[in-house]
Amino acid sequence: MIEVRNIKKAFGGKTVIEDVSAVMKTGQCNLIIGASGSGKTVLMKCIVGLFEPDSGEILYNGKSFTAMKHEERTEVRKEIGMLFQGGALFDSLTVEQNVMFPLNMFTKWNQKQKSDRVNEVLARVNLVDTNKKFPAELSGGMKKRVGIARAIVMNPKYLFCDEPNSGLDPQTSLVIDKLIREITTEYNITTVVNTHDMNSVMEIGDYILYLYQGKKEWEGNNKEIIFTKNKLLNDFIFASDFLHDAKEMRMLEERGKVPPGLDLEGQNPQ
Amino acid sequence: MNFFHYIGQYLLMVKGMFSRPENSKMYWKEFMRQCSDIGIGSLGIVTIISVFIGAVSTIQTAYQLVSPLIPRSTIAQIVRDTVILEFAPTLVCIVLAGVVGSKIASELGNMRVSEQIDALEIMGINSKAYLIRPKIVAALVVIPLLVVIAMVLGIRGGRYAGGMANIISDYAYDKGLLQNFVPYNVIFALIKSYVFAFIIASISAYFGYFVKGGALEIGKASTKAVVISCILILFGDYVLSALLL
Ligand SMILES: Nc1ncnc2c1ncn2[C@@H]1O[C@H](COP(=O)(O)OP(=O)(O)OP(=O)(O)O)[C@@H](O)[C@H]1O
Ligand SMILES: [Mg+2]
Repeated sequence: MIEVRNIKKAFGGKTVIEDVSAVMKTGQCNLIIGASGSGKTVLMKCIVGLFEPDSGEILYNGKSFTAMKHEERTEVRKEIGMLFQGGALFDSLTVEQNVMFPLNMFTKWNQKQKSDRVNEVLARVNLVDTNKKFPAELSGGMKKRVGIARAIVMNPKYLFCDEPNSGLDPQTSLVIDKLIREITTEYNITTVVNTHDMNSVMEIGDYILYLYQGKKEWEGNNKEIIFTKNKLLNDFIFASDFLHDAKEMRMLEERGKVPPGLDLEGQNPQ
Repeated sequence: MNFFHYIGQYLLMVKGMFSRPENSKMYWKEFMRQCSDIGIGSLGIVTIISVFIGAVSTIQTAYQLVSPLIPRSTIAQIVRDTVILEFAPTLVCIVLAGVVGSKIASELGNMRVSEQIDALEIMGINSKAYLIRPKIVAALVVIPLLVVIAMVLGIRGGRYAGGMANIISDYAYDKGLLQNFVPYNVIFALIKSYVFAFIIASISAYFGYFVKGGALEIGKASTKAVVISCILILFGDYVLSALLL
C-alpha cells in the first residue's frame, strides 16, 4: 500500500502539485488521470522519489519513504518497476539486453534462465522477434512495451506506469491494460498508472484520482466515475459526443434499467 | 555564489560515486567498455598528432639552432624534452578533452534527458557509481597509456622528419636522445597525465550528468565540458610545473 499525504511540489515558484493526498491499495490498479500538464508525471516522480516533494509525506507499507536515508530508499526501489513516459530504454543496449539488465544486475541466474525470463515477459507484451533490435529501430509503441517488459521482469511489488498506452493502437492498448490488471491481481502488487485513456479508466480503474491543475479534484472508482456530477471531470473524461453517449448507455446498464425495446448488442451493424 | 554551488555539486558527485557495486561483474564490463571507447576511440588521432608534433619540433628546432658550434644531436635532445615534458601530456590531453570529454558529456547528457539515469535510479542502482566511476577509472588507466604512446611516436616522428629533411642523421638523433636524459621528466609527464585524465573525465561527466532540458542543452553541455576541461588542464599544467619542476 502506498499512502500519499499532502504532497506539494513547485518548480521555481510555479506550483505544480498542490496538497494531494491518496491511498493506493495493494492488489488494485490505482489510476492518476488528468489533462496534459496537470502534473501526473510530477506526482508519480514524487511518489518514487525522483523529485523531492516540497512538503508532505509518502509511505510505502506504512513506512515513511520521505524520511528514509538513501540506502533504505535503494532497498525499496529494488521492489519498484517503472515505465517512463518516454520509455527510457538504454540506447546502447538491444531490446533483449534492456529487459535483461535488471536480471544481470540483481540476480545470479545463468544465461538460459535469464533469457527464458526475458522471452516470457516480452511475449506478455506481445513483442516477438525484436530481441536483437536497438531502441532506435523501434516504433514509439514498441518502446513503451519494452519499457513495460523491463519494469515487470523482476516481479516488482510496486508497479508504476506513466501512460502505458499512449501511442498504442486500441487493440494493443487493450492487451497492455489486461496485462497490467493480470499482474496486479496475480502477484498482488500495488500498481499506479498515469493515463488519459478513457478505455483504461473503465477497464482497470479500481481507484481513480483526478488531477486538475495540480489539485485533487475527484477520487473514486470506475463505477462511481460514470455517475459523477463533477463538471470538470465530466468534461475531461467524456469529452467527445461519442464518449458522452457511451457514458449514458453505461449508466443505464449499471442501473439495470436498459429499456426493453433497445437491444444493445443489436446496435452493432454486423 | 553560483560558482560555489557548482563546486559543491561537483564534489558531491565525486563523493556519490563511491559505493559498493550492486554487481561487480556489470561494473567490470562497463569499465572495459569505457577503456575500449576511450583508448581505441582516440588512438588514431593521438597517433597523427604526436607524429606531426615530433616532426614539426625537429624542423623548427633545427631552424632556430643555426650556430655551427652546437652539435646536431642537441636537436634530438631538445625534441625529446619538449615532447616528453609538454607536447605528449598537455597537447594530447587537450585534444582528448575534445574527443573524450565531449563524448562523455553527450552520452551522459542524453541519458539524463531521456530519463535513462532515472530508470537506473528506480532499479536501485547508484547511477553515479555505475555510469561515472567506470569512465573516470578508465580514463585514469588509458589516458596515461596514450600519453606514453604519444611520447614514443612524437620522438619517432622527429627522427623521420630529421632524416627526410636532411637535418640530422638517424645516428646523431639516437645519440642525442641519450644525452642528459632525466628519467624524472617521464614521471612528471605521467603525473600530469593522471591529473589531466581525472579533469577530463570528471568535468565532462559533471556537465553531462547534470544536464537539464533537451537536445539543445546536451550540445551546450558538451561544449562547456570541453572548454572548462581545457582551461583546467592549462591551469593544472602551470601549477604542476611550478610545483614539481
Ligand atoms: N523538471 C521540471 N521543471 C520545471 N517544471 C516542470 C518540470 N517537470 C514538469 N514541470 C511542469 O509541471 C507541470 C506538470 O507536468 P507533468 O509532466 O507532470 O504533466 P503531465 O500531467 O504528466 O502531462 P502529460 O499528460 O502531457 O504527460 C507542467 O506545467 C510542466 O511544465
Ligand atoms: Mg506525463
